[in-house]
Amino acid sequence: MTHAVTADQEDRAVTTEGRGGILDKVSDFFFAYPKLLTLLLLLPPLLWIGVVYVGSLFALLLQSFYSLDDYSGLIVHEFTLSTYAQLLETANLQIILRTVLMSASVTLACAVIAFPIAYYAARYARGWAKALFYLAVMMPLWSSYLVKIYAWKLILAKEGIVTWLAKGLHLSWLLDGILALPLVGGPSLSFSYIGTFLVFVYVWIPYMILPTQAALERVPINYIEASADLGAEPRQTFWTVIFPLALPGIIAGSIFTFSLTLGDYIVPTIVGNSRLMIGQAVYTLQGTAGNVPLAAAFTVVPMVIMGIYLWVAKRMGAFDVL
Amino acid sequence: MSPAVRFVNVCRHFGPVRAVDGVTLDIAQGEFFAMLGPSGSGKTTCLRLIAGFEQPSAGHLEIFGETAVGVPPYKRNVNTVFQDYALFPHMTVGENVAYGLRIKGVPKAEREAKARKALAMVKLSGYEQRLPSQLSGGQRQRVALARALVNGPKVLLLDEPLGALDLKLREQMQEELKALQKHLGITFVFVTHDQGEALSMADRVAVFNEGKIIQVDSPTHIYERPQSRFVADFVGSSNVLPPDFASAHGCTAKWTSLRPERIAVAAPGTAVPKGQCHADGEVKLISYQGAVTRYSVQTGERRIVAEVPAGAEFKEGDKVRLIWPKSAMVTMEDGA
Repeated sequence: MTHAVTADQEDRAVTTEGRGGILDKVSDFFFAYPKLLTLLLLLPPLLWIGVVYVGSLFALLLQSFYSLDDYSGLIVHEFTLSTYAQLLETANLQIILRTVLMSASVTLACAVIAFPIAYYAARYARGWAKALFYLAVMMPLWSSYLVKIYAWKLILAKEGIVTWLAKGLHLSWLLDGILALPLVGGPSLSFSYIGTFLVFVYVWIPYMILPTQAALERVPINYIEASADLGAEPRQTFWTVIFPLALPGIIAGSIFTFSLTLGDYIVPTIVGNSRLMIGQAVYTLQGTAGNVPLAAAFTVVPMVIMGIYLWVAKRMGAFDVL
Repeated sequence: MSPAVRFVNVCRHFGPVRAVDGVTLDIAQGEFFAMLGPSGSGKTTCLRLIAGFEQPSAGHLEIFGETAVGVPPYKRNVNTVFQDYALFPHMTVGENVAYGLRIKGVPKAEREAKARKALAMVKLSGYEQRLPSQLSGGQRQRVALARALVNGPKVLLLDEPLGALDLKLREQMQEELKALQKHLGITFVFVTHDQGEALSMADRVAVFNEGKIIQVDSPTHIYERPQSRFVADFVGSSNVLPPDFASAHGCTAKWTSLRPERIAVAAPGTAVPKGQCHADGEVKLISYQGAVTRYSVQTGERRIVAEVPAGAEFKEGDKVRLIWPKSAMVTMEDGA
């Protein structure tokens, strides 16, 4: 009798009253085998990335080592590097160079424009101002990408609001001067590299602002005070403390802006001159031209460039503070 | 000789909040000065005013005879050891310490030598290549100290510098800081909410409450001659007794402070020697604190706390007689 009472007390002392049920058993099971739960949660995304993404990437890579028979237009399923050799032809090299230069300038412009905005949001904006900041940065992402680009085409067109505004402000000479610039100019802003550049900067800038802001948010105010305390003027504090600590965020943002520009084919198709960028080349080659191997080889280029970019960034210590 | 720091009726308001409200204070050159007070009492804001992170809303502030109003922090010959050290995470310990010299344009070899010397002074030789994240709290504290001292400041400001350290390390650092200050001879201004720290380290202590200085005095006077109920209670938790209690025991009818450790706890009916006062009561609470035991004794309508060397002779509920020398009752001018 006494024994039973003690056992009962012990039981009550160490466990709560059992709720029973199948969910309870499942919880207990996963509590005992936590790694199994992790595996179960990771399996679907791993399958997705592993099979659907990496698998197709591998298939793509394989395609780039085939070639197109010039006479029959059929794909020759034999290993060759001739498709990559084609990439080095002047016209194709120009496409690559053009795309990389465009991506680099878009990234640089995004970083320069985004930084003060991100800095303001991280350091000064509070309450409603911060809410407004998030709204202003995110809202463009809610509307259709195509609508925004067509809107820009109209804004930049010869009959568009920019031309009208320039005329109203008696600045037509300036606009004409810009359009008369060699290479980047053109008949109107919407038919020039400048136009393509402006639209790219507009559509990708949220992807630069947000990581930069997140990085700046993590720089405590007392680092800035400590720097000032040790004699650094604001300019010196910026370059020795704020910028190095924000760099991982800027790099993260630049990965977005750079790779998104590198692969985009819609913006340059709608706004810009008719010179191709990599995305358009891929689109044309795999579609109308039916040259899948060369399209695949073109697709490999942004991946290689991004790989080099990340490697250089890592070597420069951009991720040291992460 | 002008004082190291002079506050003349300095105020600092944040909207409706009067963080610092009419502080007038001289800190002498070479002094180890503590600003003591509860959180939100304005002591840290005063430190930040000296550092230049805050500007006074009203009043006048001088550092070594020169006005500091409107002077940015980077133009002041004052350095700060921050509460959480604020070491730059992307720089090594050596680079952190040499930062101030690098900003001043001191050549690399010279500043590295000076940084090494400063690190040796805080007993961290050989840590130059480490990152702050690889150090313990106590080591970071020393790096922060070296980083400030390497610039040869005229005033060193320390914002709760020992707050994050454990007890043992804190006691050790207290001694080291004191020795360092003596050795260097520069003015240390030091903010803390820990009265023990303030009393043990400082030459003089300013007690802050609600943006005002309540009392500035030597540690002995602060502890033994508190001028107000706030100081008596905040520094060492004294028994603060009302005027009628004082007059009943033969003192002036004013608010009076009576330190718990001055009170002896004796059996009821114990003879009271001449010049001593007594009160009879019942033990309500006993709190054992290692070296001492605190008795909370109900005498009439008030509780009196007595602290006696370890060993609990009495139990809760026992009748006792409290005996203390009349001289232990300190009359305070300020009833607030």
